[in-house]
Amino acid sequence: MTSSSTRSINATAVAGLSLWVGVMVFISHWMGEQAHRWLPVQASTAAPLVDDLFSFETAIGTFVFLGVVSVMVWVMLFNRAEKYDDTDAFPIEGNTRLEVIWTAIPFVLVMGIAFWTIRASEQLGTLGPMEHIHLRNSVEEVGGYPGDRLPAEQVEVIARQWSWEFRYPGSNVSSTELHLAVNEPVTFRLVSEDVLHGFYIPAFRVKQDVIPGRAIDFNVTPTREGVYRLRDSQFSGTWFAANQSDVVVESAEEHQAWLEQAARSPLQPGLSLAISEYATRQARSNPGWATVPPAHPPQVNVPGSPSQPHQA
Amino acid sequence: MTIATFPPEPKPEQGWGRYFGFCTDAKVIGIQYIVTAFFFFLIGGLLAMVIRGELITPQSDLVDRAVYNGIYTMHGTIMLFLFTFPVLNGLNNLLIPTMIGAPDMAFPRLNAVAFWLVPIFGFLLIASFFVPGGPAYSGWWSYPPVSIQNPAGNLINGQGMWITAVALSGVSSIMGAINFVTTILRMRAPGMTFFRMPVFCWTALAAQSLQLIGLPALTGGAIMLLMDLTFGTSFYRAEGGGDPVLYQHFFWFYSHPAVYVIILPVFGIFSELFPVYSRKPLFGYVYVALASFIIVGLGLIVWVHHMFPSGVAQWMRNLFMVTTMLIAVPTGVKVFAWLGTLWGGKLRLTTPMLFCLGGLFNFVFAGITGIMLATVPVDIHVSNTYFVVGHFHYVIYGAAVMGIFAAIYHWFPKFIGRMPYEGLGKLHFLLTFIGANLNFLPMHPLGLMGMPRRVSSYDPEFTFWNVVASLGAFLLGVSIIPFLLNMLSAWIRGPKATHNPWNAIGLEWLLPSPPPEDNFGEDVPTVISRPYGYGLGKPLVEHQDEIERKLELQEASA
Repeated sequence: MTSSSTRSINATAVAGLSLWVGVMVFISHWMGEQAHRWLPVQASTAAPLVDDLFSFETAIGTFVFLGVVSVMVWVMLFNRAEKYDDTDAFPIEGNTRLEVIWTAIPFVLVMGIAFWTIRASEQLGTLGPMEHIHLRNSVEEVGGYPGDRLPAEQVEVIARQWSWEFRYPGSNVSSTELHLAVNEPVTFRLVSEDVLHGFYIPAFRVKQDVIPGRAIDFNVTPTREGVYRLRDSQFSGTWFAANQSDVVVESAEEHQAWLEQAARSPLQPGLSLAISEYATRQARSNPGWATVPPAHPPQVNVPGSPSQPHQA
Repeated sequence: MTIATFPPEPKPEQGWGRYFGFCTDAKVIGIQYIVTAFFFFLIGGLLAMVIRGELITPQSDLVDRAVYNGIYTMHGTIMLFLFTFPVLNGLNNLLIPTMIGAPDMAFPRLNAVAFWLVPIFGFLLIASFFVPGGPAYSGWWSYPPVSIQNPAGNLINGQGMWITAVALSGVSSIMGAINFVTTILRMRAPGMTFFRMPVFCWTALAAQSLQLIGLPALTGGAIMLLMDLTFGTSFYRAEGGGDPVLYQHFFWFYSHPAVYVIILPVFGIFSELFPVYSRKPLFGYVYVALASFIIVGLGLIVWVHHMFPSGVAQWMRNLFMVTTMLIAVPTGVKVFAWLGTLWGGKLRLTTPMLFCLGGLFNFVFAGITGIMLATVPVDIHVSNTYFVVGHFHYVIYGAAVMGIFAAIYHWFPKFIGRMPYEGLGKLHFLLTFIGANLNFLPMHPLGLMGMPRRVSSYDPEFTFWNVVASLGAFLLGVSIIPFLLNMLSAWIRGPKATHNPWNAIGLEWLLPSPPPEDNFGEDVPTVISRPYGYGLGKPLVEHQDEIERKLELQEASA
């Protein structure tokens, strides 16, 4: 082979490779855009930060995945042994320069992602610092909230097997449906009376385990009016899947009106799907494998509606 | 290198009988492990079919919720402790002594005891289905306080049996690990320095060292859990001054490294098979071998990434995120080394090669979702959702189980002495690859949308992807049929295998198929070059031509 033909083959290879890398960059960018559509609506200040990070990772990940798969497809198409050819291929035992490159590039890449993430976490941290207070030696045991930590609204969240109860100490209201005012920061104080639960609102992109023996403070600012789901995200026993609640984000005026209306409503049993399913189950001649009985439903001013449509 | 001497063993019985008794031959124990593991694989798979049957509709309608919780718990437990670990220990038993030229494991009786614990704790676990109150239902993590609630109120209950079984599994694994580590360190053939050792042995050494470091934490944590459950102690009970989160540290300190215990030997399998079926040396052998130990070091300091939403301080979140991300570097080194091995090779797309390529494809996908899960804000959204379930099924089924299938097809002729059928093997590969992707890919959008894992019912907006996942799961259920048919018929009437049907390089391929009970016996060859010398024309051992001629003569006369 003459040197000029080698050069022209190399030129073709470089052009082809550049073209393919361009195509991969395009597809990766497109996937990064698409990534936003796989997530629920953004309903809190945390959501855009999480979604942008996920979109960025999707784009990078798509590029890496396509790169690896391109090599695999290439060798499967063009580096197959001929039929009846049982000789060995040209032996290449390694290449130190390549090995250094493919150690250094991933290192820089993951550290870059880590740096971006720590910065995003810091921004999120201002939204949701988490404080662990052991109930046994803290002030809440006697009932008060320290004044300097009082945010616009404080909601006490009590997780049980299997219901969610929301208390608004400032308005003397309790509910099994969470109502929040849009664009108002709110602090949740998460407590559990039995086992671990997970306080998870996908539309807000927030999740925090509720741990027996601890009160965990947790801040969120909703940014979009609508009805969303709150789901239990840490396995809590038989009716874990049914331990859901609705989150209603409404305007400040509507929220105030709701609180006032609720304060006037008489106490009644809150929502708990587990209670009714448990009753049906125990009525059978053989109730089946053992289960912890559901806790009594909390007495609340507003049980909420189990069948209203939710957006995420 | 000193060679250990062994007390005379009673002549073992030949034929089928030896597979059902207390036999100290590592090759018999290896097959015992693998067959036992696949028995439990079928049970675990059946449970998976029930899970996906329940989840094909949003309502909880196929089984009672308590039954569902018991079934998903047992599915995870059986698949990890009774399938994945035993099947890998089976491969360790078959491959480690033959690859390093040892006559057997360092402690053959301990080896047999380690195996016989598997059916014992397996029986205990399956028996828990039939005790009053039903089996454990708190997930394979068994987080307290759910796991210490004991709703049936009996002293003998499913959860207690579960903890006992897991502790016994730990004891069995520790016995195995001591054996594998000692064998690799002390019983290598003359001339086989560490850097002439096959990568599978490197990864086995790395993985089994992890077992020795990590398992005591899990076993200790499990014993405290059993005491909380049975004797009312308060290690994890908040109302008695304990901390439920403490258990999570004990559990993940072992159970994250456990993922590397599973995936490292599979990296070893990929590193063995890609050179054979590309006819090229492994690209960057030394670096690939050492990367296993970098993964071990990092793997021990990442466990808190399972607990980001549990309530850990931000500095801990950042620290454990960085260590988790760093694992991508040595893992990437391996992936690129395999691509470098394939590049410019002469590929033969046999069944084992297809399983390796499919496993690599799935592993790269799982690695990318793994990086996403490492970054704290994204993890906060998707942890404990189906995104995580999808991620680890890509790792465990998509990569590890496919690698295990590759290994079984590749070394079946060596240890059984007969060839498996290519047609059935390729059908098995096709169904597995399509089924796994159809089953596990839809779990990612579900998790992103906010569907928690472990639910027995879900909101209707999740229906579409769940139906797709269930159909994929049923296909995966079917995919095991050609495998079983292939194994059974090949074992009974497959064509006789020569000593080296794949034209592979390695000490095990210089033994007859199947190897005699003491492998090389007194005539252990002296290793003179690195493994994977494809195309280099250098023999692996002294007098290689003579050894091969002798084997060919034996085969011709048989």
